Amino acid sequence: MLTNRSKLVVKKEMTFWEKIYLPAILSGIAITIRHLFRKGATVRYPEKKREISEVWRGQHVLKRDEKGAERCTACGLCAVACPAEAITMVAAERKKGEENLYREEKYAATYEINMLRCIFCGLCEEACPKEAIFLTDRIVSTDYGRGEFVYGKDKLVEPVDQRIDVSKRQTPEVLQFKKLKQFSHNK
Amino acid sequence: MISFLIYKAILVGVIFAITLFVAAYSTYAERKVAAFLQDRIGPDRAGPFGILQPLADGLKFIMKEEIIPNVSNRLLFILGPSIAMLTALMAGVVIPWGGSLTIGGESYSLQIVDLNIGILYVFAVVSIGVYGIMIGGWASNNKFSLLGAIRASAQMISYEIGMGLSIIALIMMTGTLSLREITELQAGGAGNYWNMWNVVYQPVGFVIFLVCAFAECNRTPFDLPECETELVGGYHTEYSSMKLGFYLFAEYINMFVSSAVISTLYFGGYNFPFMNNLGLDQNLITIIGTGVLFFKIGFFIFFFMWIRWTIPRFRYDQLMNLGWKILIPLAVINIFITGLFGIF
Repeated sequence: MLTNRSKLVVKKEMTFWEKIYLPAILSGIAITIRHLFRKGATVRYPEKKREISEVWRGQHVLKRDEKGAERCTACGLCAVACPAEAITMVAAERKKGEENLYREEKYAATYEINMLRCIFCGLCEEACPKEAIFLTDRIVSTDYGRGEFVYGKDKLVEPVDQRIDVSKRQTPEVLQFKKLKQFSHNK
Repeated sequence: MISFLIYKAILVGVIFAITLFVAAYSTYAERKVAAFLQDRIGPDRAGPFGILQPLADGLKFIMKEEIIPNVSNRLLFILGPSIAMLTALMAGVVIPWGGSLTIGGESYSLQIVDLNIGILYVFAVVSIGVYGIMIGGWASNNKFSLLGAIRASAQMISYEIGMGLSIIALIMMTGTLSLREITELQAGGAGNYWNMWNVVYQPVGFVIFLVCAFAECNRTPFDLPECETELVGGYHTEYSSMKLGFYLFAEYINMFVSSAVISTLYFGGYNFPFMNNLGLDQNLITIIGTGVLFFKIGFFIFFFMWIRWTIPRFRYDQLMNLGWKILIPLAVINIFITGLFGIF
């Protein structure tokens, strides 16, 4: 009675018209034939893509700085922030002569995100103090095995010659927000 | 004589090819109709609009590994689908696919054999079709297969009675068993003289025949022999590869043949309204008539699918109640009423 949709069930004898079933069947096939002419809701995905938001949270990218050096310092804050525990990394010390590869003295030797675990919440992005990880509007593609969904640095770090634009997610408001550590969970 | 044999051989080949073609594309149509009735799109990846899907399905059936269970009766296991396929194809022999073409003074009838007991022949062949399912289910040595086979045999034998009785009223009216003569009696329709299709005179008989045809083809709502929710796959649980393909294919051929029989008996076969009033050439009328017959068959195949996605499956006791307690008495009453009309 809470929803006001409950119906009182009466088990009465069926009338003759109900007993021969044909009127009910005819009304049934009238309903199904109406669906034949109805427009379906299907979007034929690979050919036609549904419009997505500018700040869509899709596949991650590990950014490089202006000189092309990796920004990530393997601090591990993203992995701590991750509610799905999808991020793992191994830190290493920068050697002499690698200054153009890594921005600071410590860097991530391996950095893996399990895309099957990831819930695309964006908390890693919020936690990152170095503006190194961002979610992009790219959709994680399908694959045949589970192993292929663990994305390593080869897939995550942006190529030097093909920078990925994250300006939509890195607005001044966002930077301001990240400065006020009391709003953030990693204060 | 030689030319007669060659002509018949060509006709048999053509009808065989058409039957297989229609059956193959019925599988495609089934999936498309199902999709459209459920607001989906259906197969559309193989070729434009998925038109090559039956080829892909057929190729898959042939390439699949063939498994014959060790505990099965090997001979009967192979015999089952063969019988199902054979009987399904045999029924098309007596159906008049069109009038007759006159080429070079010779008349060529578009029917393989005009048996004077044509409708009885159809019934005989269709009832042999039960053996294919029964033998297949029995030889599999599997509980689910056996249950499916038992259900199939009980169901098909029960509904054959209702089907036969519904036809008797029609035969009383037409006075012939030959399918061609039954078709010719419905010629003309609206036009010079008023001559309606048999469905106008035999509406009850038509409904009974239609319901029984659904049951004979094991189509929803009578698909108890292979109901996947209860019996895994019913009588073809143990089958794989092209043997399974034969069973599924036989079902679609049966659907095609029963649509043809329904069109011929109750919907005027290759006749269409105003056929003799437009002043067309006789050969042209024959060709249009064949097209019209295939249109009617196509509609009934669509109707089979339409019903499939509308009505849920019967419970087994409901199925038997409907067959024995409703359809058979109704058919008998129909015979009486037809007889009374015949007398007065």
